[in-house]
Amino acid sequence: MNNYNYKVPCSKDKLKEIRVFVSKTLSKYGLDEVEVSTLVLAIDEVCANLIIHSHNCNPQEFIEVNVLVERGKGVTFQITDTGKGFDINDYQEPTIDELIKKQRKGGIGLILVKKIMDRIEFKTSSKKNTCRLFKKINVI
Amino acid sequence: MIEIKTIPEGDISTIKIVGDVDASSSIQLDNEIQKVTEQKATKILFDCEELNYISSAGLGVFMSYIQYFEENDIKTGLFGLTDKVQNVFQILGLDQLLYIGTTKEEAKSHIDEQL
Repeated sequence: MNNYNYKVPCSKDKLKEIRVFVSKTLSKYGLDEVEVSTLVLAIDEVCANLIIHSHNCNPQEFIEVNVLVERGKGVTFQITDTGKGFDINDYQEPTIDELIKKQRKGGIGLILVKKIMDRIEFKTSSKKNTCRLFKKINVI
Repeated sequence: MIEIKTIPEGDISTIKIVGDVDASSSIQLDNEIQKVTEQKATKILFDCEELNYISSAGLGVFMSYIQYFEENDIKTGLFGLTDKVQNVFQILGLDQLLYIGTTKEEAKSHIDEQL
């Protein structure tokens, strides 16, 4: 079991750094390029959502990304922040047709996350929110 | 991080996207498409050969124009997507709503066939 951690200020400019961190971490485990990039996408979406909606892009606030790799099991991502809590599981995503008709640009990030990950859990305590995302994947 | 430019060739405008289209940069793609449509382009190709990454913010920009393109009879096509970028379009089924060709020639002939 290997654990990796990365903490960044809540600025949209930092999304690229998060992607590079997740990508570098996962590419050590024998996953192919598309598998890695799909997981990177899911984490990018969750982080973008938190940075923009929970923290209003305030660089004085931080989010922390934790990657736990378990051989034979898969990968667990844990994203922790102290903003207003938001449970992805409560989000009623629109359909693609609705989005096209309304010409809306947002709203599909969390659809992607739900399609990509196998399990999403959300926990909130008095000050800390934790979003845990699990993917069963063959890491070697 | 992202570089977008439009190359006019005859009646086709090719928007070349280089780099990462994410929540911080998708606005640039949006502005470019808006600019090209304001110039009354009727055929738009998206050169994605050097598009390294796209997130939902970028997909959202494409989606928000699908209806506009249809209503205004604007023919479009994407080409040159890497496997990982194409995969993002496929996850949401957007590859069924937007034409994605392998090469520029393929995307061009698709546009011409539609006329």
